[in-house]
Amino acid sequence: MDYKNIIAKFADVPGGMIEAFHAIQDEFSYLPEEAIIEAAKVFGVPAADAYGVATFYSYFSVKSRGKNIIRICESAPCHIAGADEVVAALERELGITMGNSTADGRFALEFAQCVGQCQATPVITVNSKPYFDVTPAKVVEIIAEYK
Amino acid sequence: MAEEMRIVLRNYGKIDPLKIDDYISLGGYNALKKACATDKTALIDDIKKSNLRGRGGAGFNCGMKWSFAAMAQADQKYVVCNADEGEPGTYKDRLIMENDPQTLLEGMAICAYAIGATKGYIYCRGEYPQVVKILNTAIAQAKEKGVLGDFDIEVRMGAGAYVCGEETALIESLEGNRGEPRYKPPYPPAQGLWQKPTIVNNVETFAAIPVIVEKGGEWFASIGAPSYPGTKVLTLTGDINNRTFFEVPTNTTIREVIYKLGGGIPSGKKFKAVQIGGTSGAFIPESQLDTPIAFDAMTAIDAALGSGAVFVLDETRDLVDVTTQIAKFFEHESCGKCAPCREGTMRMFDLMEKINDGEGSAQDVALLNKLGRVMSYSCLCGLGQAAPAPVLSTIKHFPADYNAKFA
Ligand SMILES: Cc1cc2nc3c(=O)[nH]c(=O)nc-3n(C[C@H](O)[C@H](O)[C@H](O)COP(=O)(O)O)c2cc1C
Ligand code: FES
Repeated sequence: MDYKNIIAKFADVPGGMIEAFHAIQDEFSYLPEEAIIEAAKVFGVPAADAYGVATFYSYFSVKSRGKNIIRICESAPCHIAGADEVVAALERELGITMGNSTADGRFALEFAQCVGQCQATPVITVNSKPYFDVTPAKVVEIIAEYK
Repeated sequence: MAEEMRIVLRNYGKIDPLKIDDYISLGGYNALKKACATDKTALIDDIKKSNLRGRGGAGFNCGMKWSFAAMAQADQKYVVCNADEGEPGTYKDRLIMENDPQTLLEGMAICAYAIGATKGYIYCRGEYPQVVKILNTAIAQAKEKGVLGDFDIEVRMGAGAYVCGEETALIESLEGNRGEPRYKPPYPPAQGLWQKPTIVNNVETFAAIPVIVEKGGEWFASIGAPSYPGTKVLTLTGDINNRTFFEVPTNTTIREVIYKLGGGIPSGKKFKAVQIGGTSGAFIPESQLDTPIAFDAMTAIDAALGSGAVFVLDETRDLVDVTTQIAKFFEHESCGKCAPCREGTMRMFDLMEKINDGEGSAQDVALLNKLGRVMSYSCLCGLGQAAPAPVLSTIKHFPADYNAKFA
């Protein structure tokens, strides 16, 4: 769907800019500059403010990134459960470092703070779907699901 | 003691969370009916009598808070549920919402009646899209049944900012802005969402409300520690045999939580430290394990109950490394609005990294101590005020761990 149509759906929602940004990201996996400027117009705020909102929240990206967003929890419980090894395995498997996307645009690798699934650390999420008790061996299987 | 007692999780595993009829068949929505047949002042008085204090970390008296919003004159008031649950190691609110969403809606509706609000919001963290779906289904079913009367509830999703758990930052975010905390006063019960009187309560706080209304304030006040009565849901992580959750009366001690409910430390290792309340909590040594988890008992040992996260470390863990990771968390999550937090969390992480990398000295530790104290009283909101707690408490209780890292 066109970003203009998406934003228009939220035009009458009080404080709806964040909801609109979520919807745009579901479609594009990031917030294109034109969409931020359009949102500013629709919600009647300066473009700088809309950009301020877009860059405040860690879930929003103003840079294009891979379609499948893999996040690794680096909060203390996941940290001591071996999150570092999971990070190394992901980087090795995808051939990129944290904070980057694969050249084919399929995957993005990001750090996250606790995702609230701490009963089964370490945890990663792919497009917000959590995977539990992740090991370097499991990483290979998980990535295969999205290839 | 050391027995579980389920109040907010009373329906856990007993109902299909996606079927409102299951909830109703176990007495659901009777409390709302009873509340609406009660005079508002008497209702709030009963909540006050229960001495229920906020489960989101600050421990403010719930009935008292409601009375401020009830007294405020306004054409519109709001009930907001704080489901941001950002404190690392915590997943209790998710458990409640996933397993018994109607109890949250009922608690919010009782609050709406008590203060005279017709509109409610649940601010659910962006990490929980599956919970948002459950909540929306629950709301649709409640509307269809007509149990909520003229009270309307909308779910809004956060977007990954820890500070948005702070109630005024949350309100800013609901308004569609950057989630930066406001200067207080005015507090939300006077001027909150869109400047209207607003009650912000945690999920666990709202979930306790229907039971309190049903069984009476006095009943609740008699459970657990008198100054912070009731139960608390704890989530156990780290080096602990039972990495799971428990709901316990608030006079349960930390030792009982770790050794009785938690089943102790795996592989026969020894206990080193426990951090309670999430990443912003203090690390607690063995000598203080007989402290009850209740709010004031924890404050008395310079710790906090916070969200109820219980993060256990065994003797083999590198405490300075873990604390450094935590300092990184705060450096990342500081919203940047006030200088002491923006600069302080950055310096704190720098110094911790330096020490953790084996390049630090006793002078750096002294500097951390000073910086931490300044931050704890000069930062605008609870984020910056609590950020130094893990650093200060490890320096205080585990100085040898720092000494061992010096250059
Ligand atoms: C940095 C920070 C993060 C917070 N995060 C949360 C949170 O995730 N959930 C929550 O209920 N309260 C959180 N709080 C506390 C809220 O500001 C507020 O006290 C609470 O929502 C009030 O509800 P209660 O009285 O029912 O606890 C946080 C506070 C601070 C300073
Ligand atoms: S600490 Fe990693 S999911 Fe909670």
